[in-house]
Amino acid sequence: METLKLIFRNTLRHKLRTGLTLLGLVVAILSFGLLQTVVDAWYAGAEGAAPNRLITRNAISLVFPLPVHYRDKIRGVEGVKAVAGANWFGGVYQDVKNFFPQFAVEPGYFAIYPEYRIKNDELRAFERDRKGAIVGRKLAETYGFKIGDTVPIRGQIYPGNWEFTVQGIYDGAEAKTDTSQFFFHWDYLNETLKKRFPTRASQFGVFVVQVANADDAAAVSVAIDKQFRNSTAETLTETEKAFQIGFVKQTEALLIAIRIVSYVVIVIILAVMANTMAMTARERMGEYATLKALGFGPGFVSTLIYGESLAIALGGTVLGIALTFPIADWFGRKMGTLFPVFEVGNGTVMLQAACALAVGVIAAMLPARRAATVRIVDGLRAIG
Amino acid sequence: MSAAVDAAARAPVVEIRHVAKHYVRGGQIVPVLTDISLDIAAGEFMALMGPSGSGKSTLLNLIAGIDKPTAGSLRVDGVEIAALDEGELADWRARNIGFIFQFYNLMPVLTALENVELPLLLTRLGAQDRRERAEAALAMVGLADRVDHYPSELSGGQQQRVAIARAIITDPTLVVADEPTGDLDRKSADDVLALLDRLNGELGKTIIMVTHDANSAARARRVVNLEKGELRAETVPAAA
Amino acid sequence: MAIPLRYTIRNLWTRKLTTLLTAGGMALVVFVFAAVQMLDAGLQATLVSTGQDDNIVVTRRSAGTEVQSSVDRVQAAIIESQPEIAIGADGQRLVSKETVVLITLPKRGSGVATNIMTRGIGPGGLTLRPQVKLVEGRMFKPGSAEIVVGRSVAERFDGAAIGDAMRFGGRDWYVVGVFDAGGSGFDSELWGDAEQLLQAFRRQNWSAVIARLTDAGQFAAIKARLEADPRLTLDVKREQQFYAEQSEQLSNFITILGLTLSVIFSIGATIGAMITMYAAVANRTGEIGTLRALGFRRSNVLLAFLFEAALLGMVGGVVGLALAALMQFVEISTLNWQSFSELAFRFTLTPAIAAKTIVFALLMGFAGGFLPALRAARLKIVDALRAA
Repeated sequence: METLKLIFRNTLRHKLRTGLTLLGLVVAILSFGLLQTVVDAWYAGAEGAAPNRLITRNAISLVFPLPVHYRDKIRGVEGVKAVAGANWFGGVYQDVKNFFPQFAVEPGYFAIYPEYRIKNDELRAFERDRKGAIVGRKLAETYGFKIGDTVPIRGQIYPGNWEFTVQGIYDGAEAKTDTSQFFFHWDYLNETLKKRFPTRASQFGVFVVQVANADDAAAVSVAIDKQFRNSTAETLTETEKAFQIGFVKQTEALLIAIRIVSYVVIVIILAVMANTMAMTARERMGEYATLKALGFGPGFVSTLIYGESLAIALGGTVLGIALTFPIADWFGRKMGTLFPVFEVGNGTVMLQAACALAVGVIAAMLPARRAATVRIVDGLRAIG
Repeated sequence: MSAAVDAAARAPVVEIRHVAKHYVRGGQIVPVLTDISLDIAAGEFMALMGPSGSGKSTLLNLIAGIDKPTAGSLRVDGVEIAALDEGELADWRARNIGFIFQFYNLMPVLTALENVELPLLLTRLGAQDRRERAEAALAMVGLADRVDHYPSELSGGQQQRVAIARAIITDPTLVVADEPTGDLDRKSADDVLALLDRLNGELGKTIIMVTHDANSAARARRVVNLEKGELRAETVPAAA
Repeated sequence: MAIPLRYTIRNLWTRKLTTLLTAGGMALVVFVFAAVQMLDAGLQATLVSTGQDDNIVVTRRSAGTEVQSSVDRVQAAIIESQPEIAIGADGQRLVSKETVVLITLPKRGSGVATNIMTRGIGPGGLTLRPQVKLVEGRMFKPGSAEIVVGRSVAERFDGAAIGDAMRFGGRDWYVVGVFDAGGSGFDSELWGDAEQLLQAFRRQNWSAVIARLTDAGQFAAIKARLEADPRLTLDVKREQQFYAEQSEQLSNFITILGLTLSVIFSIGATIGAMITMYAAVANRTGEIGTLRALGFRRSNVLLAFLFEAALLGMVGGVVGLALAALMQFVEISTLNWQSFSELAFRFTLTPAIAAKTIVFALLMGFAGGFLPALRAARLKIVDALRAA
């Protein structure tokens, strides 16, 4: 207990130095936490995938469509419970910067996504309005969409100025559910295409397939693709998770770079902390020598230094982790629909603590060794 | 004729009139010096003695221009230094004062030569001139063979001699020494005092030395005693 | 400066460990700062070099990329007949009517299915891109199911070597050559015969028309005429601008993220410098008092310590920049969000980036050293001497 008191008082001796080191630690732990959360947010789409959902797309690439009549054929495959077609609309709302996903969907879509909670009366209003739209809560909050609002979207893939009326706002069943999406009727898209670009009508971008039993996912995927082998549009069916991961994997280089950079900041603070401990220990060499002269062992001197380093690291960790949550919250809101899910994971918090612990230990290593092994006469000479 | 009479015959280079100094500590006024009036003639070798807390170091600081009196007048070579502002005082010190400290106060990262050269950096002399003068000063104190040594490679006595060389290099009006032998063994102390003797006797330098060591004080020609911030009776050590 | 440089430099040298750790921290921050800028510069360089200043790209109006665009044969014919279009050596208009699709190939090693831009070019396609040179094999025969691959695709993907056959659009396509596009975006593409690809994907319309102007200055005229024509719904852009716009989102992201990180990291490194400089002042209080007693001014002391901190920053800056320079040997490939296809590019160090980096490092040093230097300068002589 006396030792702890001694350690604690030692940290307060140099208030400015300890304070600055603490500040540096907080900044580093905070940055680390935020960066890891950014990378996690990228993978969040895959996290929200349901194990009993498959995505069927054109085997060549997502850019190629699938004919409408595939839907019924897929429905007929054994193990398939429900199918709905969807098209990525990819339009622009006011400015290219305001990115959010827009989908033209068939009526059966929402039954396959039970985690999108829509009020019954809103769903019915949507079904009655052919130009209606259902938007996610996060999207509505970001741009101030309210029920009854008209949302103009400039088409890029499907040219023209389109207008939709917000008929419902859906909430996510869980925190990690994506509520940044914009859905409208595929029928409205298709009837417009038939008039203006007839060659592009009667096509879906993807089919979302619900299997009766999640264990059958792999088998059903193969069965679906077999249906369309050697046709003009061969398909590739995979689990929703694999589909989402596919996107992320193509930007993997950037994500790896960000993860590396997050550890760079830890190394920076390690250098700062090691410097602090080295300076502190060097200045107190006389005291350590005195303690040893009085009969305290090298282990005791070592403990003092490790203790002080860890005490500062602990303080920085607690503050850094505590600040991570409100700042991540602010950041997530600032990013709006770019990162639909921006949550600080438990894994991140544990990594933060582990890094801080490592910094506290490593920074003290060299100074502790020097202090423990200093010859008493050499140390005493250092005084005055 | 006695040394004291000799001194009185020459014009005073330092004129101290009713000088007082106090500090404010935690709201309280702490007097350090009270009504000091003193003349120091050119070419004097004066010792300032007194028990600890007597204010002798403070008086030295005032004469050397590194502190200002709270009241009174202090003229050095005709200049009222109490009226100079900080910048003027810095320039004045560079030209007029040579410092010798108890713990030598050399720059650890500079060689003996570079340390001695330091005050000359405040003048307009070129590098060549500075170097020559510094070498000459070090030769004078008997350290010509140690010009490129760092303070950590010199003994205490040698370091103090370097400090003395630094103190005289600008040919200052006054040499002030605060416990110059305080950290030295007997032999080194004697060497240093002999050096100060030569400076005073051969070069006519005015030396004001604060000390509590009787051995050091014995070398001076005049001893001024301070107690609790006030002047006491002067003593004259036994004629050399 | 009155207080000699030697004093500052040797003081840093004496405390080697501290100097190393402090400068080391700053070097890392500088590295991140420089690397991010180099990444963005590399991205821009790749896309800009993808364009010639006398080429134009004509797409459907408000289509952001060629993949989203569609130009029918009538419109293509009108474009081709414009007077500003140059005539090639063979007497034909220097025009390439192209169709662009994305296909997926597995990445070498990881096997990750990646979108690759596949471009069907017209007879003038190669001439319009002088930076593209065949380095292996031969060019595809027009009218055949042969394709050539960009250098980056050949290196990074399975199934893209000469002799390999790829299957898409219901038939096999044979790789007969590899081309080098001088580090531009084309290095990440596959090229084939436009008419063949059109048929294979059952398309009627081209994606875009690329053309060479008789003179780069003719751009305004042809743009005004084509965009004003009510029969047409087209966008006319200089080739360089067209590709530069495709990098906007990615470039913005890299820049904003990079800048944010650099600022945050620099706080950490500056704190490190501050701690070091405060300790330096504390340890040398006696020296400061002595210097002041000897006649050096407060400003001399301030400058000496500021210089010490700036020197620390400088060392960190040079080391960090040197490390970042090594990144030039690294090639990055990622999905360009706007074109939705793979793009490979390098880290590029420019003199401007080097200069900005050094200034950044010096600023960190000054920021860290300022308060401690101020403290050193404000010491009272008698207090400083007493502490010695």
